[in-house]
Amino acid sequence: MSEDAHSEETVDAHGAEAAHGADAGHAADAAHGAEGGLQIHPMDQFIVEPLFGDGGIGMFSITNVTLWLFLAVIAVVLLMVVGTRGRAIVPSRAQSVAELTYGFIRKMVEDVAGKDALVFFPYIMTLFLFILMANFLGLLPMSFTTTSHIAVTAVLAMAVFLTVTAVGFIKNGVGFLGLFWVSSAPMALRPILAIIELISYFVRPVSHSIRLAGNVMAGHAVIKVFAGFAGVLGLGAVAPVIAITAVYGLEVLVAFIQAYVFTILTCVYLKDALHPSH
Amino acid sequence: MADEAHGAAEAAAPGMPQLDFSTFSNQIFWLVIAIVAIYLILSRVALPRIGAVLAERNGTITNDIAAAEDLKRQAAEAEDAYNKALADARAEAQAIAAEVREEIKADLADATAKADADISAKAAESAARIEEVRAGALEAVEAVAKDTAAEIVAALAPAAADESAIAAAVTNRVKG
Repeated sequence: MSEDAHSEETVDAHGAEAAHGADAGHAADAAHGAEGGLQIHPMDQFIVEPLFGDGGIGMFSITNVTLWLFLAVIAVVLLMVVGTRGRAIVPSRAQSVAELTYGFIRKMVEDVAGKDALVFFPYIMTLFLFILMANFLGLLPMSFTTTSHIAVTAVLAMAVFLTVTAVGFIKNGVGFLGLFWVSSAPMALRPILAIIELISYFVRPVSHSIRLAGNVMAGHAVIKVFAGFAGVLGLGAVAPVIAITAVYGLEVLVAFIQAYVFTILTCVYLKDALHPSH
Repeated sequence: MADEAHGAAEAAAPGMPQLDFSTFSNQIFWLVIAIVAIYLILSRVALPRIGAVLAERNGTITNDIAAAEDLKRQAAEAEDAYNKALADARAEAQAIAAEVREEIKADLADATAKADADISAKAAESAARIEEVRAGALEAVEAVAKDTAAEIVAALAPAAADESAIAAAVTNRVKG
């Protein structure tokens, strides 16, 4: 994609898409057009673009987000459905991985949130597999990382928050508020602690979502910055390439760990909802 | 208003496309579809299938372990029976050996006694014969001595040859 083409598109965007007003990709290119010399745009990889045509992005437009979400679904299907189609007593490799994932998450739910949380096992499994696959797909070169967007992680975190809160009130009634009333603390401190607990409870979805999006985004941006250096250094590019390799290894780890952290925090929150006593 | 919106996008986009709120509805819409799809696939197909496979495997393993324990018990029983048979056989062998030993000892004693008797009989016989021979020899010696003495006397002094006197003298000397 050349700069010229983008400039023209940007002009078009000003005309035809003024109403949408936020064709981020073109707007970004226009902004970069002003810069000279070292051109590193680490954040361009996160731009949401329509796949077909030049139109703006409506709610139902097919965008790169759509594509990579779809690929994540396909990856989950490949592992969990196609991989287990043999139903073998002695499992194939894919079936082994699927069974390991199943056992891993099931044990986590059972250990952290208790046996009565197993009702939510499919839900938690969905979250884990989606985040895991989206993170790993995002590590492919030229890919789009859906989990780097706060819009995506915030929806996941809010879904967890609302589920947990609803489950808490349904299971325990008003008793769920006991979660904020630290009965082990001295009476004088309890109201203050209640306020702190309440604030921390409502901050949960924020930290829950930003932790995931932030980690994924930061790693990808760092790789892109090093890639930009590599582009202008010529033979000296060996250093940034080594750095990219190292950061990439770290990112593979982060991709798994963040999926794990998101899932285990969901289990912890669920435990609070099911057993609110301290 | 349109210009303002565009301005905001231009300001935000180079920094963080994540904060471009105009794409949120699109992302959220597709995310919800993807999550619901994964949830339905997992809860309807994948998880029950894997759960069934794991349960079946646990059942198989439990059965196999039970079968293995049964076989182990049988093997232990067989080993006990074998050891018992071995001990019985050994005891029997020892009994037979002892019996045979006693028999042999008795036979040996009989044979020894018989041999001893034979030997003593033979020894007595031999002794008798030795006595006989010795007696014979003494008589022979006496006879030879008498003859020799008679010859010597006849040769030296034929006049004095008195047979009975020589015999008496020789008998005297031999006894002496």
